[in-house]
Amino acid sequence: MESAEVPHEECLTCVVPKGARDDTCKKFVFKNEDHTLGNALRFVISRYPEVTFCAYTIPHPAENEMVLQIQTTGINAEDVLVRGLQDLREICDITLKKFETARDEFRQQSS
Amino acid sequence: MDIQNQSRKKAQMNKEEVTDTNSTLYGRMSDFEEQWSLETYEKNSDIRVVKMNKTDMEFDFIGVDASVANSFRRILLSEVPSMALEKVGVYNNTSIIPDEVLAHRLGLIPLKADARQFSYRIPDRDAIETDTLFFELNVKCSWNPKRPKDSSDPDEMYINHKVYSKDIKWTPIGAQVDLHGPNDVGPLEPDILIAKLRPGHEISLKLEAVKGIGKDHAKFCPVATAFYRLLPEITLKRPIVDEQAERLQKCFSPGVISLDDKDGKKVARVQDARYDSCSRNVMRYDDLADAVQLSRIKDHFIFSIESSCGTEPDELFIEAIKVLRDKCRKFLAEMKKSDLMETK
Repeated sequence: MESAEVPHEECLTCVVPKGARDDTCKKFVFKNEDHTLGNALRFVISRYPEVTFCAYTIPHPAENEMVLQIQTTGINAEDVLVRGLQDLREICDITLKKFETARDEFRQQSS
Repeated sequence: MDIQNQSRKKAQMNKEEVTDTNSTLYGRMSDFEEQWSLETYEKNSDIRVVKMNKTDMEFDFIGVDASVANSFRRILLSEVPSMALEKVGVYNNTSIIPDEVLAHRLGLIPLKADARQFSYRIPDRDAIETDTLFFELNVKCSWNPKRPKDSSDPDEMYINHKVYSKDIKWTPIGAQVDLHGPNDVGPLEPDILIAKLRPGHEISLKLEAVKGIGKDHAKFCPVATAFYRLLPEITLKRPIVDEQAERLQKCFSPGVISLDDKDGKKVARVQDARYDSCSRNVMRYDDLADAVQLSRIKDHFIFSIESSCGTEPDELFIEAIKVLRDKCRKFLAEMKKSDLMETK
């Protein structure tokens, strides 16, 4: 399903915060995203053992962007983001499968 | 259950405060339980449908963090697409409702149309059969020639003096007649009052409905409500009998507390805490407040969805899951374009 959003090349940028010495600490700016993706992604990423800090913010309510910061114990923060997105996608797949099973079971029982 | 585990699993509702509200799955605090992972999620999460019909559904969503459950709820409200009237061409409007107010009222009328079969309308491009539905609304009010003398009842005096949503007629274009049945498209409810007319007043409109999302305008919201609440749990810490038991029963929603007859005494028992409103009324009585423990299971979400677009609520939830999945896919594809990540 397509969505009414901005062209692809503008939707994600990476910012290295001031004072960061290597690529274990990074900020990612998600255009046209809000708490929906921000909080779910924060939840997934913050439980990785390699992650020391993960949080998101919406810097200004009038700007449609969400900033996610990731700090790790040594691995590249970008890899962590990729893993987080993959895991969240998996969560969706598992939920979808379980929901469809539960719905079909309910239909069978009630018919 | 030890104290540590209990505070992980349940939020306590005390007289003046709610405690242990923090998310149990958050952070790496789970030293005493297996770490959250995809495998544990697949193993421990569960979905059970409790109630489902064409418009409403209720299901239990267990073993998930609030952040994920909330994402699905937010997507249902603002990012699952549906169809709504977007453009109103006014050929004639001599009613007392101004054009712009009438257009706004029309926009908010829930339409029955499967948004999955349509694409988004491209701005500044002509409407085509796969992105726009056309409707007409033509109503003219006149005196009823057969009205009784001296009647003051508008229903007897006038013809067509009330404009209802059922007066909106679909005018299919192109292959739309073959793709959609006559009952698949149109206003969801026939009896929504749009305007009131008097003899001589006329409304003649051409309407265009397009696909959109609730983030853009609330009229595109596919659900009337989509919400969740946590499963309540009520524990009686000591036997409560007779007058106290009856008072206890009245403190909760109907059907939550039942009274058993034991040796001629009425003994209170928790029958079903699920539909308790969690009012905490019981805390008003000092002699009962210490006898009950009210809590909520933090990872047991009772999800309710009420559809208002003709699509079944279970289909809407599936769409919501797909929206979140597509977001992840979109950004993963973005991450793969490594050149973009170089721009620091």
